[in-house]
Amino acid sequence: MTVLKVENLKTYFFDKKQIIKAVDGLTLSVAAGEIVALVGESGSGKSITALSILRLTPPPGRIVSGHIIYKSNNLLEFTERQMRTVRGREIGLVLQDPLSALDPLFKAGEQIAEVFRYHFNMSRRRAKMESLQLMEKVQLPDIERIYNAYPHELSGGLRQRVLIAIALAARPSLLIADEPTTALDATIQKQIIGLLKNLQSEFDLSLLLITHDLGVVSEIADRVYVMNAGQIVESAATEDLFQRPQHQYTKALLDAMPKISAYEQAVQ
Amino acid sequence: MFNRIKNRPARTGLFIFSLLLLSLTLGGALAPFDPDVQDAPAESRFEAPSGTHFFGTDQFGRDVFARVLCGGRLSLAISLGVVTLSVLLGSLYGAFAAYIGGLWDFFMMRFVDILLSFPLVFLAVTCMALFGTGITYLILVLALTSWMDIARLVRAEVLSLKNQPFVTRIRASGLGPSATLIRHIVPNTFATVSAFAILRMADIILIESSLSFIGLGVQPPQSSWGGILNDGWPVLAQAWWMSFFPGLAIVISIMSLNLIGSGLGAQREHWL
Repeated sequence: MTVLKVENLKTYFFDKKQIIKAVDGLTLSVAAGEIVALVGESGSGKSITALSILRLTPPPGRIVSGHIIYKSNNLLEFTERQMRTVRGREIGLVLQDPLSALDPLFKAGEQIAEVFRYHFNMSRRRAKMESLQLMEKVQLPDIERIYNAYPHELSGGLRQRVLIAIALAARPSLLIADEPTTALDATIQKQIIGLLKNLQSEFDLSLLLITHDLGVVSEIADRVYVMNAGQIVESAATEDLFQRPQHQYTKALLDAMPKISAYEQAVQ
Repeated sequence: MFNRIKNRPARTGLFIFSLLLLSLTLGGALAPFDPDVQDAPAESRFEAPSGTHFFGTDQFGRDVFARVLCGGRLSLAISLGVVTLSVLLGSLYGAFAAYIGGLWDFFMMRFVDILLSFPLVFLAVTCMALFGTGITYLILVLALTSWMDIARLVRAEVLSLKNQPFVTRIRASGLGPSATLIRHIVPNTFATVSAFAILRMADIILIESSLSFIGLGVQPPQSSWGGILNDGWPVLAQAWWMSFFPGLAIVISIMSLNLIGSGLGAQREHWL
């Protein structure tokens, strides 16, 4: 069953002088329980795709045409009020930079609890209990302390776990993770990817992973879309993509990866 | 909170201002004289500062120290009232303008520009002369003439916060735009706004003192620092202490508030 199907999506930014076609006729789909990666270089329109799916494109950006079918509803036909029941509740979003994605004035835990309170009308106490449970599930240590800590008091890895908890609080069936590991160092990256994989099976999620890190892709993705200049240039099962890249751009992208063999040759 | 204020001038200012507040609060205990009673014997008038009357006495034999302490409470209460009102009004106006944007924002901000083009003191003097004096009027007039740059400040802050990733994240978890604005964006302007408000409080003390000095502010028998200073003005050569001490109080309060305000403004970390 297809959870998300994006067809011919066009998101343009209207400048005074020119039109910037950030996403230009993009088509992709995510099946239930699938981990799909969307890769491409910076500026290829990956993040705008994520925001477009949630209908949160920042002005002067606008979705010009296309369909975003989520569980057989076209999100582009939804009213703003209907969208609010989709955001968080149906589709969760994890952003790139875990510090700036948290409100500096609120305790980390309160920001998780806020989602419970908003979507399920929970009491303050109930929301805190649920938040603590969820914090355990995203493998945060020392949950009482972290619940009461402000974002600047936490490390990058902890913040990213808090953000994942926020995105999962309202039990969405699709999680979009926009470069979830980019701002983190290598060991933490590995932990977060492992965590996403665990959560995906535990919460029965579909995962749309946006990244430029092919290492991450090969580790967890079932299928890969390669994006360039607002369009999908290639889509394939992960293994096929790495072994038999078809498109010139994909080959270039793979060549840009640092390789241990190349390093050894250089040493010799 | 005090520990989070790392800026040295701000800490110094806060210390001086706390001392000032403390003495104003203790008031009667420090100067056990009635600040308003006028039936003192003739020989106790125009007494120079001494062990009993630290700041001397005035033309009615009233203890100047007691009057300065009492007037200070009034001056600070008025400026606090004015700043509270203008911050409320300015924040609402500015946040609303930034939030709806477009043509509305444009016209709301041009209206602010028009109001800002009048000098504040002029505007206040005119209003007080037209509508009469009295403390409530004074507070209202000063608040209504000083909310505009707070509105501008809040609007600018909201506009820049609107594009912060955390706002996108909050919207992505389902919260509506107005809940996001009120719960998350506006509180994030508080650090900047409160530093500005403290500076503004100093301005208001000065303006209120000027108005009271020329007789358009607080009316006798009540008197704020400006009024007390005015009492001593005609006899400055004979009884310098009557004007000197209220003047000094004005200087100290304004200086300490400016130290706090500009220090907090310069500090980049959150201190709330």
